[in-house]
Amino acid sequence: MDLGFTQEQEMLRTSARAFLTAECPPETVKLLNADEKGYKPEMWKKMAELGWQGLAIPDMYGGMGMTFLDMAVLFEEMGKAAFPGPFLPSVVLGGFTLLEGGSEEQKKTYLPKIASGDAIFTLAITEPSVSYDPADITVKATAEGNDFVINGTKLFVNDANVADYIIVATRTKAGTSADGITLFLVDAKTGGVQITPLKTIDGNKQCEVIFNKVHVPKANMIGGLNKGWAIVDKVLEKATVAKCAEMLGGAQAALDMSVAYAKERVQFGKPIGSFQAIQHHCANMLIDVESSRFLTYQAAWKVSEGMDASMDVSMAKAWVSDAYRRVTRLGHQIHGGIGFCLDHNMPLYFKHCKAAESLFGGPEWHREQVAQSLGL
Amino acid sequence: MDFNFTLEQEKFRQEIRDFIAKEIPPEFEAGVGGHVESDEDWKFARSITKKLSAKGWLNIAWPKEYGGQDEHMLSVIINEEMNYRGAPGLDFGGIGMLAPALMAHGNEEQKKEHLGRIARGEVVWCQGWSEPGAGSDLPAMTTRAVEDGDSYVINGQKVWTSLAHHADWCFLLAKTDPNVEPKHRGITFFLVDFKTPGITVNPLITMANEHCFSEVFYDNVRVPKKNIVGKVNGGWKVAMTAAGFERSGIYRIARALGNVDKLIAFAKKPLPGGHIIGKDPYVRQKLSNLYIEGKIARILAYRVAWSQTKGEQPEWEASIARVHGSEFQQHVGEIGAEIMGLYGTLFKESKWGNEDYSIARESLLGIGATIAAGTSEVQRNAIAMRGFGMPKSY
Repeated sequence: MDLGFTQEQEMLRTSARAFLTAECPPETVKLLNADEKGYKPEMWKKMAELGWQGLAIPDMYGGMGMTFLDMAVLFEEMGKAAFPGPFLPSVVLGGFTLLEGGSEEQKKTYLPKIASGDAIFTLAITEPSVSYDPADITVKATAEGNDFVINGTKLFVNDANVADYIIVATRTKAGTSADGITLFLVDAKTGGVQITPLKTIDGNKQCEVIFNKVHVPKANMIGGLNKGWAIVDKVLEKATVAKCAEMLGGAQAALDMSVAYAKERVQFGKPIGSFQAIQHHCANMLIDVESSRFLTYQAAWKVSEGMDASMDVSMAKAWVSDAYRRVTRLGHQIHGGIGFCLDHNMPLYFKHCKAAESLFGGPEWHREQVAQSLGL
Repeated sequence: MDFNFTLEQEKFRQEIRDFIAKEIPPEFEAGVGGHVESDEDWKFARSITKKLSAKGWLNIAWPKEYGGQDEHMLSVIINEEMNYRGAPGLDFGGIGMLAPALMAHGNEEQKKEHLGRIARGEVVWCQGWSEPGAGSDLPAMTTRAVEDGDSYVINGQKVWTSLAHHADWCFLLAKTDPNVEPKHRGITFFLVDFKTPGITVNPLITMANEHCFSEVFYDNVRVPKKNIVGKVNGGWKVAMTAAGFERSGIYRIARALGNVDKLIAFAKKPLPGGHIIGKDPYVRQKLSNLYIEGKIARILAYRVAWSQTKGEQPEWEASIARVHGSEFQQHVGEIGAEIMGLYGTLFKESKWGNEDYSIARESLLGIGATIAAGTSEVQRNAIAMRGFGMPKSY
């Protein structure tokens, strides 16, 4: 048993933190959340130069060849900075879909572009029914000559508004079976693709994407016909863990901020951190952060090692969603009135939490997955 | 990073499981920390202690120079497996607290006299620390030790003394300087032979109907000076060593984990009438969350153990493990009672009672979990002070 990080992971953490502190402080985060694109191309390029987009892409495809566990460390630091933008969608939802199910041709064509930051990807799964159950996928793809024609509406597609490519999960066989889902790589500029960003609680770029008779070449099928769900399943696992790592980082930031504030805010002649009630809030926040840390990294480690991790992933997402919620609420409680103001940094984490809680499955849904794993 | 145990550790775990399967009757279920009630069960527990000792498992965490194997992690694994199963026989007081204190602070004579007998499971030790007026505020104790020739004479009362009714010896804290500030600087660590005249043990029955501990009256009890461990007025340091050797708290959590597994099994079985409570969405949510809490409790405990194997002294890490773990213990009883409904109010031996275990008992035992060995409030204070450097709030 070794619950520590490697020297490389610690170095990655330190350099990531330094970069994000310098390039994406809270003021920049607020600007980006309000910005139409939600990310800064110059910053995006710098990250690519550091190797971030390609961190877990094998070096034969232009990446750094590091592990998913290493990526989790990076995601934690991003969460700490409440870092906005299309990183998770492009790198995890896009990159890992190609790694999991793409042909050699597709990997060679697109992975280097993801690694270099030249192409932004995202994955469209959920529809207005907001379900991660393949039975609820209704967007159809119908064969027509050398193409498939895609029709239907996807909802809550991360960063579709800045994506160069949208991988879409379509139904190619009538019914509700998971064996009937096919993935297609769609150029976002294709005629018939209508993207509308939604107005979200924290400014993260969730989008409606309407596919109106969108033609996509057969060659753009990822994985086999009707064989897309197995790929989506694996990718969603990784995306869920990455999100947990982000949430963990955010929770740690909220805790650090609250402890610092408690030590400096003086009332009744003393820092409020001298009062037991405040101390107990901080203690409870630490318990939530540490418990989240171990669940997240256990899931990340298992995924990274290629072990069966579906139960661990659901345990992590269910718990971390609730834990982050408790932490941000207590964080606000400690900050009092000042934390309730828009220009304070605490709301960044509260809103980040709200946006993340239900993404890739909320706590109730994941607890139900755990119940099923337990044979209940 | 590696969340798995080594192959040797897994093999060892299986050895323990085989031992338990061989030695412990399937229906036997000890209480928290291996607690047993009847004299017959006590005899049985002692026999298990001897068998564990013969295998070298009792003191496996001790340094090699004292006859142990320096295997802290294996000790935690034994504790987990034995307590998961509700098996008696492990010795927390003597093996896990007093012995490490003697190794660090005792003189050669004391080590020679006591360590061997503890290792061989020949002697039962109890811990005389808390008093009616000194629980969370232990240094406020008033049991007094007054010098008299080559002895100290002890007068006072201790409470919550586990195993006092079976004990051969007691490691006792008493005030030798009642005037010094801070108060903990006036405490001395004594080894008290329980056959000494003047010691009266009164059982205290818990609300779980168990005689777990007693109040103990010390009436002019003479303890020879050679039974002082460390310096006069230097007992607090000795006590901290005793309390700091094994901080994972795995034994409490393991038992709760066992009960969660039993609850899950219960939820899958049809009740009379055919209803399967595990199909109820509310029950599924509650049990899943309880299961997750348990997994967290386990990893937080092992994190403390891992930290200790590296020679570190986890402080706030141990406190967070304790707070989460003890609340998890409580939740097992609470949620179990909730989902078992009226069946959850029956004891095992009752007609219609659950033959596998009694959640009624767990509900009752759970109340003590957040109080014993440092209340949750005290633990949270410690987290704030040790984890964040915040000042004392009391």
